[in-house]
Amino acid sequence: MSTVSWITVRGLFGRRRFLLLLPLPVVLVLLAVLSRSLGVDPGEWGPPVLVGLGLAVVLPVVALIVGTGVLGAEIDDGTVVHILTKPLPRWQIVLPKLAVAAGVTAVTVAVPLYVAGVLADSVRLGLSLAAASAVGALAYSALFVALSLLTRRPVLLGLVYVLIWEGLLGNFVSGTKVLSIQQYVISLADRMAPTGLLEAGVSVPMAAVMAALISVGFTVLAIDRLRSFSVAGETS
Amino acid sequence: MTTISAEQVAGTPTAPASTLDLAGVSRWYGNVVAVNDVSMSLGPGVTGLLGPNGAGKTTLLHMMAGFLAASRGAVSLDGRPTWRNPEVYRRLGLVSEREAVHSFLTAHEFVLASAKLHRLPDPAEAARRAIALVELEDAQDRRIGTYSKGMRQRARVAAALVHEPQVLLLDEPFNGMDPRQRLHMMELLHRLGDAGRTILFSSHILEEVEQVSGTVQVMVAGRLAASGDFRTIRRLMTNRPHVFAVHSTDDRALAVALMAEASVTGVELGRTGLTVRAGDYGAFTRVLPKIALAEGIRVRQLVPEDESLESVFSYLVEA
Repeated sequence: MSTVSWITVRGLFGRRRFLLLLPLPVVLVLLAVLSRSLGVDPGEWGPPVLVGLGLAVVLPVVALIVGTGVLGAEIDDGTVVHILTKPLPRWQIVLPKLAVAAGVTAVTVAVPLYVAGVLADSVRLGLSLAAASAVGALAYSALFVALSLLTRRPVLLGLVYVLIWEGLLGNFVSGTKVLSIQQYVISLADRMAPTGLLEAGVSVPMAAVMAALISVGFTVLAIDRLRSFSVAGETS
Repeated sequence: MTTISAEQVAGTPTAPASTLDLAGVSRWYGNVVAVNDVSMSLGPGVTGLLGPNGAGKTTLLHMMAGFLAASRGAVSLDGRPTWRNPEVYRRLGLVSEREAVHSFLTAHEFVLASAKLHRLPDPAEAARRAIALVELEDAQDRRIGTYSKGMRQRARVAAALVHEPQVLLLDEPFNGMDPRQRLHMMELLHRLGDAGRTILFSSHILEEVEQVSGTVQVMVAGRLAASGDFRTIRRLMTNRPHVFAVHSTDDRALAVALMAEASVTGVELGRTGLTVRAGDYGAFTRVLPKIALAEGIRVRQLVPEDESLESVFSYLVEA
């Protein structure tokens, strides 16, 4: 593991906000287990739990906590200066941090989604949800890591994107789905395991291309922003 | 106390000395000018960057360290720009004022991580040497979160020195240190400077600078107000007229008597009392009671008006 990823992991798990990651996946699994054991029809509980909670809330919120934690938290408390005063090309700082963010998010989200998918339908659905959410984890992480460098309020802006853009506008204005990572994840998961539980809002090629574009685009943007990283002066 | 020779500090083999150049550097935020047309060239040795709070010292240091773009002018290290150029950190170390450390790491882990990030050939040995340099061996395996302010500062200095940079920039390095730590840090800076490194530290405390460095750059309100040998600048500061506000039972009579005194260079009679300018601080404060006694006047108030560091600095700007 590179030194940057090592410090990032230590920082992520050393901070208390890490505990925020736990409740959401636990609730997801609990709801799935409860619905299944009560014998509720998966057609009824599947969409709200898998999509409404899993893909629309757990995935983006976990990605937001982790993604803004790997770099944003260091910018907030100033420790980022220690890493920046090293003769490292900036991509060698952004990529390990992005890898940690995407990896931690993917593991945290894929496991409960896999369990819920298996309980709702099949191992295939479980695996497809896990795989698609890993893709989503990368795209969200790239977005939130870049946001940490673009604004001083990355969490707030991230929440606006997740709750307003994806959550609210996605339901009323179908055009917004083109720029919704959540929709890409649904579309990809549905393609890998067509079940009728997931309703794709965008085509698969569109989802794949847009997810890749967002991941790469925001990573490149983050690297460039980090090159010009300014420490606020006393007079600012 | 462990003694470390200049050779140990310098490391081997000795790299050629570095020069940090600022050419007509300005930085503004909106319509607030933080640094105004500053030019200087820093070579080997210890230089103090002196100025009152808010003078633009930190902004200037950040520009030197590549953490802020100059709005105008150029900052370069050995001819290469410091902005958007991470390569400069091979030769440059920074200890920022903000007391931010990865508190979840031990000092050893922290300094070792710095050594690894610098891709040093022997990170463990470099970390050991840097920690020894700041005398933090005993506490190096404790989490930095448990340290006192001075110890955290030393851990940060160790991390900044681990790659033995030719240029070390320190922003208010003595803040929060106890007298012993302060002394130790001053000695360390001296040794580094004597070993041919370019050391620049900022401070708003005159005495700190006096003890560490012979050369100073004085900043006031974003401008470079004075630059050069400390003793010369200090003399300028002590030669300035001192201003006192005096209030007595008979201001007019006191003013007349004071004008006969050699140490007094000017008296102004105002509605609230006298404003007295004295060339010699000591002589004036000794003679005033005698005059008052002789004239039968009671002095109700004697307040030096310009004793704050700010006024010392602003005097320099006018000089």
